Order: sequence, then C-alpha cells, then structure tokens
Amino acid sequence: MSFIPGQPVTAVVQRIEILKLRDGDNLILGFSIGGGIDQDPSQNPFSEDKADKGIYVTRVSEGGPAEVAGLRVGDKIMQVNGWDMTMVTHDQARKRLTKKKEDVVRLLISRKSLEEVVRQSMMQR
Amino acid sequence: MCFPALFSMASAFSSPPSLCVSLSCSERSSRDRHKPHSRDSSSRSDKNVTISATSVQPQQPDQSSAPTDAQDDNWGETTTAVTGTSDHSLSQEDLAGFGKDTEGPVEKLNCIRFLPLALTLLLGLLVLVTPLSFLILPQLMWPERLQTCGTACEGLFLSLAFKLLILLLAGWALFMRPTRASLPRIAVFRALLGLLTLLLLLSYWLFFGVRILDSQDDNYQGIVQFAVSLVDALLFIHYLAVVLLEIRHLQPCFSLCVVRSTDGETHHYNMGQLSIQRAALVILEHYYKDFTVHNPALLTAAKSRAAKHLAGLKVYNVDEFKAKLKSYLFDCAGSDAATAQSRAKMAAAARQRDTSHNELYYEEAEHDRRVRKRKARLVVAVEEAFTHVRRLQDEEKKKPPGDEMDPREAAQAIFPSMARALQKYLRTTRQQHCHSMDSIQAHLAFCITNNMTPKAFLESYLTAGPTLQYGRESSQTRHWTLVSEASVTSPLRNGSEFQLKSSDFSLVVTSKTIPHLKLSEEYVHPKSHKFVLQLQSETSV
Repeated sequence: MSFIPGQPVTAVVQRIEILKLRDGDNLILGFSIGGGIDQDPSQNPFSEDKADKGIYVTRVSEGGPAEVAGLRVGDKIMQVNGWDMTMVTHDQARKRLTKKKEDVVRLLISRKSLEEVVRQSMMQR
Repeated sequence: MCFPALFSMASAFSSPPSLCVSLSCSERSSRDRHKPHSRDSSSRSDKNVTISATSVQPQQPDQSSAPTDAQDDNWGETTTAVTGTSDHSLSQEDLAGFGKDTEGPVEKLNCIRFLPLALTLLLGLLVLVTPLSFLILPQLMWPERLQTCGTACEGLFLSLAFKLLILLLAGWALFMRPTRASLPRIAVFRALLGLLTLLLLLSYWLFFGVRILDSQDDNYQGIVQFAVSLVDALLFIHYLAVVLLEIRHLQPCFSLCVVRSTDGETHHYNMGQLSIQRAALVILEHYYKDFTVHNPALLTAAKSRAAKHLAGLKVYNVDEFKAKLKSYLFDCAGSDAATAQSRAKMAAAARQRDTSHNELYYEEAEHDRRVRKRKARLVVAVEEAFTHVRRLQDEEKKKPPGDEMDPREAAQAIFPSMARALQKYLRTTRQQHCHSMDSIQAHLAFCITNNMTPKAFLESYLTAGPTLQYGRESSQTRHWTLVSEASVTSPLRNGSEFQLKSSDFSLVVTSKTIPHLKLSEEYVHPKSHKFVLQLQSETSV
C-alpha cells in the first residue's frame, strides 16, 4: 500500500461499523491504535512498507465491540466517519475515534489479505 | 488481704526461689513512696506481677525515706526493717546525675617527649662527622706518605661537599620536625631506619679502621672515594626513609568509621596502610577539626529518662535464705536467681503502661519552640546593636568627631544591649559553659574589625563548632588512651576495632578495606552518536 505523496491513494477497503459500548461515563471501542505522522514508522510490525505512517490496529480486545464488528489486528484504518486517517497525528486519530457525541463509528480499513482475495478472485475470472 | 498472703505462704515452700516484683505507681514519683521493708510485700503493692512470700530485701538504694502511706492496711502487722541504706539513700535519678570527674590533671612538659629528638640529633651529628673524619684522619696521621691527588680528587671533594649539604638539609626537613604527639609504643619504621643507619656507619668505621688505619693506605683518592660512597649510601637510606615514612601511607586503602560514644556523631576517613597507633593519631587530628564540641549538658535528658526506667521497678529477692540453703546442700550454683530476676523485670516493664514517650514528644516540641523564640529575639537584638556602631570613614578621620574608639571599646559599648538575649539563648541551648563573657566580647571586637554582618557574628553561637575553636588550653597536652585488642604497632586490617578514650567520652573506630576496583575501558567513536525519533505510543480507544 505504498503511496506517492500528493497523488490519490487507491486501496481495497472493507467497511466496518462499530457500536460504541457505554461503560459508565466512557464509550469504549475495544481496540488499540498505533502509528501516525508524528510516530516512528519503522517500529510498525504490521505495515508492509516501513515508511508508512498510517494508523494501524495493534490490539483488539476479546469480545469487544471492535471484534464483534469484524476488526482484526493489523488493519490499517483509512477513514473514520468520513475523516481521513492516512495523514493524521496519533492524537488526532485518537480524537476522531473517541468523540463523545457519536455512538457509532464507521471505519474504512484495508488489509493485506483483502487485496490478495480480490486479486485471486479477479485472476480466477 | 490475707488470702494472697496464705496463698503466697503455701507457694513459697513448694516453688523454687521466686521473686516479687512490685511496681511503683506511675502517678506518684519514686521519692514519695516508702519502700516496703515488710515481710509481706505482695499485699501492699498496687500492681503485682508474680506472687511470692517471706523475706524481702531491697536491691538498690533508690528511694528516699518517707512516711508510710495511709492506704496501707497492714501497717500494724508489718515490721519496718531499717537497713543500712535507708539512712542515707538517693534516688536513681540523683545517681544518674553524678558526672564523672572533670578532666584529670593536664600533663606538664615531659622530658621523655624529647628523647627521640635527642637521638635523632645524635645520629645526625654522627652522620656529619663520619665522612669528614674519613677525609681528615689520614691527613693528620700520615700526611707525608699520602699521594697527592689531582683534579679527580678535587671533583670528589666538591661532590662530597654538596652531597653532604643535601643530606643535611633533607635530614633536617624529614626528621627535625616538632613531635606533635607521643605514641604509646615506639615507631617501628623510625627505629628500623635508625638502626640501619647506625649499622651502616659502624660497618664503614670497621672497614675504615681495618683496611685504612691499620695498613696506613697511601692512596688518598681511594680514601676519598670511600668517603663519597658512604655519603651515597646515606642518601639512599634517606630515600628509603622518605618512601617508608611519608609516601607509603598516602595511597588510601582503608575507610575508618569513627563514632563518638556519647552522642553518636559519626565521621568517615580514608587512610593508607598505617599501624594502629599512627591511625589513631591521624583520627585525633581530624577529630579536633571535624567533630563538634562535646557538650555533656545535652545528654542529661537521656540519663534522667534512663534513671526513671530503672527507678520504676524494684526487684526483691525473696527466698534468699532458701536459695542459699539449697546451693549449700546440693552444691549447685544459684545462677537461676539472676536470670529469673531479669526476666521478671522485663515482663513487668512490658506490662507497665509506659508514658515516657509521650512526655518526650511534648518536651521536645516545647524545647524547639522555646529555642526558636529565643533565637528570634537574639537575632533582632544583635542586628540592632550592630547598627549603633559604624566604621570611621577616611574623611572623618581628619577632623575627629570626638568619640573615637578602638574595636575592643566599641565591642564593650554595644555588648550590653545584646548580652541578655545572648545569655538566655545560650542557656536554652545549654552552651553557656562554652562561651565566657571575655570570649564573646573578643569575638565581637573581631567581627567589628573585619566588617562582618550580625549574622556572621551569630553563626558561632547558633551552631556548635569543632573542638579546636573553643581552645582554652591549646598549648597543653590532651591525654587520650588507646584501647585495642591487637598490638598497637600492628598494621590496620579489615575489621580491626579500637577505642580512643578521653575523660568524658570515647571514640570507637572500625575499619574496612576499600574494595579493589576493576576499571575497564570502552571506546566510543566520536562520530557514533546518532539519534532517531522513537515515539511509539499505542492508545486504546
């Protein structure tokens, strides 16, 4: 999923809708993110291109709303509720996901296995 | 009241020697309570720990005689035994308050002190005379047979003269120093060096006498060379002396921990390989510089508390006759009594509700408050006093304003305004015996002369300084006793302990070797310092 800065990115994405769980005063989604333009991309174990500064899912808690909705470890989040996640800082990403007024987040995530599946199905044709 | 008496009577005959420990009431002080001299003491005391019977004997003369309590029911039946101590008895607190004698007579100038110096001078004289006599004697005894020696001889003469001069200067620098202390045993290295020098000189004289005087050698150059070789050997002995006496103990190998026995003040010193007596000397030199002055007035509070602890419990040795009889008949030692006594005492102490920690806490808080109050008043008084005096400016010196004073008079003039505050402060901190009025005025004059601020003047009274500052008898000898299990000339070892006793207190010294350090190197290339950003945070949402 390499990109050329300034050019639009094309990727195969899956739409995932997570309903936030209310736990007291907090709304939790049940996963952890890593990455961002202010972070060190070479430490990212999930990315193919070690210069990719996108937001990746690093952990998914068992039985949480994210796992139920189909989010997996290693997914790259491309959009949250329409907001772009490929060029944000870590803190901005966190804020986009944890808006108190929204009960539902709709993510567009991309996965290596998705691309392979699509390529294989296209090759079979 | 008779029931416990009966019970105790019964138990007395069956049990081994037992004790009766009676506790004095915490409300009444020990002075007021009359010590029960009766036979049946268990019924009289307020709190009874163990019961026993029969005879009672007071162990410590710790109560002043006072009339019997009115609460005692058995006063008609009991007898009052007058022991030898009841006539003049003191409370335990009084006993604790007795100090030891003040410092013993100061040692006068002892002639023994100068014996090593005299020996050194003698040896030095011998060293000077020997090479010269080697040169002169042949000239005196057989001048006509001697070969004249030319320039080589003159060169040798010059070198001999200079070497002798250097030797004398070096010897003066190393050995002719005023002895600063007299040690209990001889200094081993010095004695060895003296012996070595003497041996060298003797052997040279022997050779000179046999080879040169007897045979009347006519080779004068050879004789001069002989003398020069002696001076060389002496210079090397001096080098050995420098290394052994001065340089060997410079490298630190031991760390000594010095604790003062009365108030626990501790300091640590590093020193090299020294004998115990020399190490003690070094420690004492540091003591006068580093340790604050010993103030016995500060320790009376702890002593009175200890006295109260002891006075609270009285141990009566009951069944003494029985024990004596038993040990006589069965030849067994009566050692059980002592341990039983102490155990009973400890049990009683554990059970007694001790409120002395409470008193200590409030007393200390009160004392701190008082000291701070007095200190505030003192600081204000001193600052005000210092504003009254001003240094005469140069322009004013030309036209005298009238009342010129030198520092001593100025000090005497402003002293009365702060005297009272200062005296009260010194009394509260119990330092009044360290500072006499003359010393305070002298210090004030000194501070005025050197343009010091009031704070600088007060500093020597607010904090206790080192012992040397209060030097009353700086020219007289102080006497210290070295107490050591190992011989005092043996070298220091890891774990060696010794004590330095003075009249009021002692310094306990323990030594530890400084560990062997292994230093390894790690090379860092100057261009190898590179950095990357390492922000890797993971947030849970």
